Amino acid sequence: MTSAQNTQGRSLWADAIRKIKKNRIAVVSFWIIIAYIGLAALCAMDLVFTSYSLVDNTIPYQAPSSAHWFGTDLFGRDVLARAAHGTVTSLIVGFVGAGLSVLIGTLLGALAGYFGGLVDELITWFYSTLDNIPYILLLVAFSFVSGPGLKTLCLAIGLTSWVGHCRLVRSEFIKQRGQEYVQGAFSMGASHARRIFVHILPNTLHLILISFSLGFVSAIKSEVILSYLGLGVEPGTPSWGMMISDAKLELSRGVWWGLAAATVFMFFLVLAFTLFNDAVRDATDPKLRDK
Amino acid sequence: MLKYTIRRILYVIPILFGVTLVCFLLFNVAGGDPAAQAAGKYATVEQIESIRAELGLNQPIYLQYLDYLKQILTFDFGRSWSTKQKISEMFWSGVGPSLSVTVPGFLITLMITIPLSLVLGYLRDSFIDRTAMVVCLALISISSLVYILAGQYFLAYLWGMFPISGWDSSWTGRWEYTTLPILIMVVLSLGGQILFFRTIFIEELSKDYVRTARAKGLSNKKVLTKHILRNALIPIITLVVLQVPFLILGSLLLESFFGIPGLGGLLVTAINNADFPVIKAMIVILTILYTTFNLISDLLYAVVDPKVRLQ
Repeated sequence: MTSAQNTQGRSLWADAIRKIKKNRIAVVSFWIIIAYIGLAALCAMDLVFTSYSLVDNTIPYQAPSSAHWFGTDLFGRDVLARAAHGTVTSLIVGFVGAGLSVLIGTLLGALAGYFGGLVDELITWFYSTLDNIPYILLLVAFSFVSGPGLKTLCLAIGLTSWVGHCRLVRSEFIKQRGQEYVQGAFSMGASHARRIFVHILPNTLHLILISFSLGFVSAIKSEVILSYLGLGVEPGTPSWGMMISDAKLELSRGVWWGLAAATVFMFFLVLAFTLFNDAVRDATDPKLRDK
Repeated sequence: MLKYTIRRILYVIPILFGVTLVCFLLFNVAGGDPAAQAAGKYATVEQIESIRAELGLNQPIYLQYLDYLKQILTFDFGRSWSTKQKISEMFWSGVGPSLSVTVPGFLITLMITIPLSLVLGYLRDSFIDRTAMVVCLALISISSLVYILAGQYFLAYLWGMFPISGWDSSWTGRWEYTTLPILIMVVLSLGGQILFFRTIFIEELSKDYVRTARAKGLSNKKVLTKHILRNALIPIITLVVLQVPFLILGSLLLESFFGIPGLGGLLVTAINNADFPVIKAMIVILTILYTTFNLISDLLYAVVDPKVRLQ
């Protein structure tokens, strides 16, 4: 926010945080997300659920018991531990995939919206082109040619899903570039880069954040579909997508716990993100301010 | 209107150039050497070279691209690597089965979601609306794959209400096999669509003409059906038109689970067999369809909303 607004009253962010704190659903969702991140960190450091890759061929497909709360899989590995470690994969896919796409979308959108003219036309042509390829097909085609694996999965999601962010940031930059504070920055000798990144960009951050969290949810869901198509992470890496896809064969043998564990883990993460996102949107919507 | 139509149609040309270029680059350049892939893992250098000459891959890249455009224009994409069938024939035989799942599924969903979201929009922030929102958000937090797995397992495998999978190519026999996929399609699109339509209706409800209609004493029923529904039809029609290519494609997951010989299932099989020409052809065909329907929806939009034409 500009300093002029700061002196008049609360900034958009202070106002938003105050509103979010009052929203009970948003607070609970926030702590659920933090819990998932904490769990993923502990799993990644191998401090909890260390038995996730422990193969025990004597106990394949064991039903849930006190020793294995969510049973075991084909190789006798603990399903709960695998589902917990799947959090790491999902969070990487979500943060890196959606992060990359927000980065590309924001950069191209900012350039197009700020400079206009030929730059804008080229970028608009580029994203309209990608936008005219149905997303699921583009993603599948991209993952297919780049091959399976966690890295290529993130890359495929990042490189194919930036169009929405780009369009949003572009229209926001077009709105902002003529405003007084940008002219003011210009008259004080701010360079193009400074005006784009220091002056305009912070004013669009709340929209980018909302857009990112939508992308995060869609990246996690994409991982499941791509896993089913054989374009997911490396075999052996615990992932919810793999666990859900494996259920196709497991269910006919009455093995439901792999599917159940992965679905429950994914459900609460996606739901928390969606609810928190809604709260942020309401709290930062200028139309709803001071109500 | 004519001026707008011409401008909008001309705008399709650079887009078509772009989408064909992306498909071409993706499969012929980024995807590695197509000749080596066609020849298989154990091919000798000579074999690869002869396939390269046969596929025209020893030509300069712009000639290859023109060749690719020729394939698209003549709708002749060669043959599948795995089944040796002509790809254009595979495409035409897949459209019918895909549509017999997606069209009923889509229409039933619309018939449920439009009235329901209109009522929810009207009851905005009431207990019923809030409960429905929670249910919708919960519905969209579950992967679509889970709906298919659970539906097939419980309704078909465990309780035997429907066949597990299969297909009958006669028009009267196929409904036995499509009922469950249609049902699952409806359930898995409910949440997202209700959220989408509800937002549209809420936006319409806050407009001035609604206040005017109420002020002149119209009943709630009249305001909702005659005024709001009609105005909200514009974004709804856009959505419907844009869905057509996806109805033709069918559902990748549903078709592969239920053994429906549609385009979605075809694509999944092609991915599993690394059948390059089929994947390449399917993607470019559906992309061109999508571009076409994008154009149609924009033109329709301009017909119903004169403001669009003047921009």
